[in-house]
Amino acid sequence: MLFPCPFCGPRDETEFHYVGEPKPRPEPAGTVGEADWADYLYVNANPRGPAREIWLHLACMDMFVMTRDTATNAVLGAETPGRAS
Amino acid sequence: MTARYSALTILRQGLTGHKGWPQAWRKARPKPAYDFVIVGGGGHGLATAYYLARTHGRRSVAVIEKGWIGGGNTGRNTTAVRSNYFYPESVALYDLALRLYEGLSRELNFNVMLSQRGILNVAHTPGQMEIAARLANAMQLNGVDAELWGPDEIRKRLPLISQSLDSRYLPNGGVFHPRGGTARHDAVAWGYARAADGLGVDIVENCEVTGFVMQNGACVGVETTLGEIRAGAVGVAVAGHSSRLMAKAGVRLPIHSYTLQAMVSEPTKPCLDTVVLHLGTGTYVSQSDKGEILIGGGLDRVPSYGQRGNPPMQEIILSGLTEMFPAFGQLKLMRQWGGVVDVVPDSSPLIGPAPVPGLYLNCGWGTGGFKAIPAGGVLLAHLLANGSHHEISRPFDLDRFRTGRLIDEAAGSGIAH
Repeated sequence: MLFPCPFCGPRDETEFHYVGEPKPRPEPAGTVGEADWADYLYVNANPRGPAREIWLHLACMDMFVMTRDTATNAVLGAETPGRAS
Repeated sequence: MTARYSALTILRQGLTGHKGWPQAWRKARPKPAYDFVIVGGGGHGLATAYYLARTHGRRSVAVIEKGWIGGGNTGRNTTAVRSNYFYPESVALYDLALRLYEGLSRELNFNVMLSQRGILNVAHTPGQMEIAARLANAMQLNGVDAELWGPDEIRKRLPLISQSLDSRYLPNGGVFHPRGGTARHDAVAWGYARAADGLGVDIVENCEVTGFVMQNGACVGVETTLGEIRAGAVGVAVAGHSSRLMAKAGVRLPIHSYTLQAMVSEPTKPCLDTVVLHLGTGTYVSQSDKGEILIGGGLDRVPSYGQRGNPPMQEIILSGLTEMFPAFGQLKLMRQWGGVVDVVPDSSPLIGPAPVPGLYLNCGWGTGGFKAIPAGGVLLAHLLANGSHHEISRPFDLDRFRTGRLIDEAAGSGIAH
């Protein structure tokens, strides 16, 4: 499979590392309970079908959000996030 | 109980042309209500139904399977059974499974073809040898058989392993676990199904669960393609699809689903009489009773629900195989397949009540669910029958992510699932 690095263009999947699902970090830290923190750290939607995922291109170290179909492995899009979404 | 299998019945059937064998289990239609509904007719679900009926005397039980029984990961694994884990909690769990496997053919009156040919983790570097010694010590302290081997024992047992001084990964030693081995995966599903059916459990195939029936915030049954089925409690054992199914109950889990690759070669003469895990390459291999070389490796790098091959990973696994056993490079591959496994951050399963009352989980076994089938069944049956944990399943509750008491076997035993 080829994955689209926003900086380098299409590159082989073996150059990429899966980082995780984009999710908002609960703030402010002082008020976040252990259940909410555990949710943020560990719990995932893990959808079958279109999924938004954070990927790292190990060659150029660009971090980006890729939308991918987890059932067919088709790449649906890639974007460089301006801010954490 | 259904008709017993014995040497005498084989002889009698042989004399009459094998025309009189009874059906091994009924094709049940679902009733409107049961005490317990188990979603997932793989090894874990069927074992749960069996132990509910056998151990707890609860006969109002249905197993709901969307395809055919044993057609998911129970039919896709590489059949290894073992309990070579590091932490006491893990050893208690996996050794319970292995001890039950040791008596399973007799208990179920169904030959699961358990072959305790041993499993060997091969180490190469001084660092790996230290980790191997640490694992062997931990296993022995936890009451599990383990031997620390040096290069001579490995060469004696594995004459085909790469021994050239030019090889990248010299087999310098390893941990041997004599009680490990393989079992016939389909027979485990079929044996539990037949025994559970004999105790009155309904096994409903081709019936997909499409949702959960909720009442006052509690789960009181399942919606299926064959209609609604009410239940006193619902157990979920749907490896590879736990996140999808539990999303229907509004529950999210600490799981990522990945495809795991496996392949077999053409059959060849007996040449490998143990299961080998090669720490250098991450490839593991055994020889089936039919003579095929059965090959597996680590997870795909890309999360996926696609039950199919992934060429970059297959290349890594096969290059590992030819590195460790150069002679196998002459074999042709006969089949390859992939199964979807639910991977939990600490590489240990999730067993316990779901956040929704009336719903109980047995999932997150990663790449290692097959070996744990009898224990998964015993523990989920205990949870369903009593509404509370067995002492062995307690550490594997979902609450460990909140309390921080993780059981990190990827770090402990180097088993990355």
